[in-house]
Amino acid sequence: MALDPKIPQGELDKKWSHYKATAKLVNPANRRKLDIIVIGAGLAGSSAAASLAEQGYHIKCFCFHDTPRRAHSVAAQGGVNACKNYHNDGDNIFRMFYDTLKGGDFRAREANVYRLAECSANLIDQAVAQGVPFAREYGGYLANRSFGGVQVSRTFYARGQTGQQLLLGAYQALMRQVAAEQVQMFTRHEMLDVVLIDGKAKGVIVRNMDTGEIERHGAHAVILATGGFGKIYYLSTLAMACNGSAIWRAYKKGAYMGNPSWTQIHPTSLPQSGENQSKLTLMSESLRNDGRIWVPKAANDNRTANSIPEGERDYYLERKYPAFGNLAPRDIASRAAKERIDAGYGVGPTHNAVYLDFSKALAEQGEKKITAKYGNLFRMYEKITGINAYKEPMRISPAAHFSMGGLWVDYELMTTIPGLFALGEANFADHGANRLGANSLLQACVDGYFVAPITVPNYLAGEIRAAKVDINDEAFAIAEKNVRQQIDTLLAIKGTQPADHFHKQLGRILYDKCGLSRSAEGLQQAIAEIRDLRASFYIDLTIPGTGNEINSELEKALRVADYLEIGELMCIDALNRNESCGAHFREEYQTPDGEAMRDDAHYAYVSAWQYDGPGLPPILNKENLHFEFVQPTVRNYK
Amino acid sequence: MQVFLKIWRQAGPSDAGKLVDYSLDNISEEMSFLDMLDTLNDMLTRKGEMPVEFDHDCREGICGQCGVMINGRAHGPLKNTTTCQLHMRSFKNGDTIYIEPFRASSFPIKRDLKVDRSAFDKIIQSGGFITERTGQAPEANDIPIPFETAEEAFDAAACIGCGACVAVCKNSSAALFTAAKITHLALLPQGKYESQKRVLNMVNTMDEQGFGHCSNTEACEAECPQQISVLHIARMNYEFNKALVLKK
Ligand SMILES: Cc1cc2nc3c(=O)[nH]c(=O)nc-3n(C[C@H](O)[C@H](O)[C@H](O)COP(=O)(O)OP(=O)(O)OC[C@H]3O[C@@H](n4cnc5c(N)ncnc54)[C@H](O)[C@@H]3O)c2cc1C
Ligand code: FES
Repeated sequence: MALDPKIPQGELDKKWSHYKATAKLVNPANRRKLDIIVIGAGLAGSSAAASLAEQGYHIKCFCFHDTPRRAHSVAAQGGVNACKNYHNDGDNIFRMFYDTLKGGDFRAREANVYRLAECSANLIDQAVAQGVPFAREYGGYLANRSFGGVQVSRTFYARGQTGQQLLLGAYQALMRQVAAEQVQMFTRHEMLDVVLIDGKAKGVIVRNMDTGEIERHGAHAVILATGGFGKIYYLSTLAMACNGSAIWRAYKKGAYMGNPSWTQIHPTSLPQSGENQSKLTLMSESLRNDGRIWVPKAANDNRTANSIPEGERDYYLERKYPAFGNLAPRDIASRAAKERIDAGYGVGPTHNAVYLDFSKALAEQGEKKITAKYGNLFRMYEKITGINAYKEPMRISPAAHFSMGGLWVDYELMTTIPGLFALGEANFADHGANRLGANSLLQACVDGYFVAPITVPNYLAGEIRAAKVDINDEAFAIAEKNVRQQIDTLLAIKGTQPADHFHKQLGRILYDKCGLSRSAEGLQQAIAEIRDLRASFYIDLTIPGTGNEINSELEKALRVADYLEIGELMCIDALNRNESCGAHFREEYQTPDGEAMRDDAHYAYVSAWQYDGPGLPPILNKENLHFEFVQPTVRNYK
Repeated sequence: MQVFLKIWRQAGPSDAGKLVDYSLDNISEEMSFLDMLDTLNDMLTRKGEMPVEFDHDCREGICGQCGVMINGRAHGPLKNTTTCQLHMRSFKNGDTIYIEPFRASSFPIKRDLKVDRSAFDKIIQSGGFITERTGQAPEANDIPIPFETAEEAFDAAACIGCGACVAVCKNSSAALFTAAKITHLALLPQGKYESQKRVLNMVNTMDEQGFGHCSNTEACEAECPQQISVLHIARMNYEFNKALVLKK
């Protein structure tokens, strides 16, 4: 079935204003009678909840954290893009739109990407008005820097804590609405199902993680802003509790999943130092401006870095991509590193990393200059590894970082379930097959501050006459029963292995076979392996304690149960796409010198997967991508 | 290396708690402190015992979720370091490590090392924001902010809300947390119009939530992972007194 993304008619630069001008409104008296549930209180969730509450809707907002300020948006360091053209360097909406579309390897929707660029300038205004202390120049005006993949300076930043500061802005706006009693905040509540009545989203089932109580909540619309699920790879730059459960439960209720296998793997994370490590730390990509990446020319070389002579080092990025060298785009740099590591050239005690070497930069520029640029990063590196990077090269390795895939949404950010919206990293939109650095904070904010506050009311205008949702409806009872049953099933297994044991194995399978590079053979194997793993999960899982108390092992098990299903869909998705594009690299589809081969004639579509019932293969729906305003070109970084 | 742990176990808010002994072998120096606790929990889970509940999420020192007292110090022996950023190389083979929750009457213990810090949200709700609705903002560069002011505001805004300041304070005062937000917003032109109302409300709420008064021991600054300065407390007091005078 072909999907209708509901893109407004007209010229690219008029679509959003046209939509806004014609969207339906709800009068203030009626807004008070309408309830909205927001799941997630990261940048996307907090901003949407606060903005809709300001309009007068009654909001119930849920998150699994103990306060919204801890959502993983907090960890974004680098910055947020906006085309303010403060540098007078030729930036404008069209250019930003083009950079984003091209960065995504022409696998995103033109109209959405254009809107993202169009709303970007206003986001900076909004954040500054909230008190976000962005970096400034001595004259008092806002400072910018340039970030990967573009030729202009459009990145705004607040030291290395841009995500934290933006999130605090949104969190404070949300707290203001809590105080005004427009928002009811439920922290430490995890959503476990969406409830549909007459085909529309009308509520959720949540678990109070402090007491284990299962609760029903009804509303006239439900917004999911639950973030990315890159933690499915187990080792990733995401926080420990990031998960895919909310969107997966929605999928099983009829929302389609868009391009679930597209994951950005970041090249400059710190390698795993031991089997018990569960989280990888991201090092800023800016290090690649002065660091040179290399591995020994000999496989399994056990010498220390400094004792390997210059002639025996392989600066493989400089060798393969002379034009971009160490600054090759994320996907290319990550793939090249994994290729070397897998071929036996990896460095470090477990040969799982490559070197990022500053000796040349230090010799040329001096320690003082390097310290001025990267001092805090060198300190952080030493804190974590105990190694002084002025004396020996850093060790880095690729790690899962960002989900381009997620719930399929139309131009209004509504999923295929009427009344169910998906915002931020939880949806698939805007980034195509590869997202550009500093564009995702932007997307989470634009979705929450500017898009949902217009499109959700447009939907609610049709719900004014709908009665208050009755949580005693049969649909709630069934959904609650299913959730309880699932919890009881997991607790009753009483096997021998904790949830992490399965999660680690799943992560390994996906990282090797559905990560940086994929092949039909590998993906088929992965699907079989995941099925076996899932079977053993239901035989051998162990969870101490009960469901009626704080129980982190139960929380983990519930998430891993979903991951074991999402992983399979990711492989199915990757297997279907017989082309290479952006982060999706299929080994069979490359040029003789190893470059990605995109196939616009057959694959210029979004894969939107539909659940067809337990044990049945998912159904593929296609949203064909039409390029009306730009001509797709080949990405070339040689 | 081998470490001996004495960990606070408490089933629920109203249960009695006690220190329980555990020992772990094969702990490597590269391990983070929380990896070490994960290892313990893995062992307990496999034995069918309840694992130790502790708070954590980002594991990179920014979300503020982690935080325990380690040998009597908030976030452990290193300065300006959260619990999740601490590594086992800070300990020696054979060390005994006491691990306890952040204790304060306003931070009730939920279970084991997990505490309830929602009182911080209450403080922010009472005024830790700038009243601005989406759509009202003028062009960002219309109001220049001096470089130094923006930097100072950032220093205060960097607080991660972990609660170490409260846990180390003998009065369980939330002065540093509250003052950091008051300074951050009062310094900015956008935030100064409601600074009077803000400081009065936030200080009141701090008292209502049962936090103690500041007696200038400066223990909070010493243990703060973000190096938030106690000078902000002085500014809060100044703003508070100014607001009181102007109110009359
Ligand atoms: C280390 C790192 C660095 C990054 N750096 C940058 C950068 O420099 N620039 C940039 O633009 N982007 C960056 N990104 C990406 C960007 O931070 C994220 O894409 C973005 O913040 C996601 O925001 P969100 O609101 O969608 O999700 P999140 O901030 O992850 O929020 C998710 C929310 O959903 C809640 N939740 C999830 N599941 C449930 C459930 N089942 N029930 C209830 N609540 C639930 C959580 O509690 C949380 O409140 C970075 C990402 C990482 C990991
Ligand atoms: S886990 Fe986030 S600060 Fe420690």
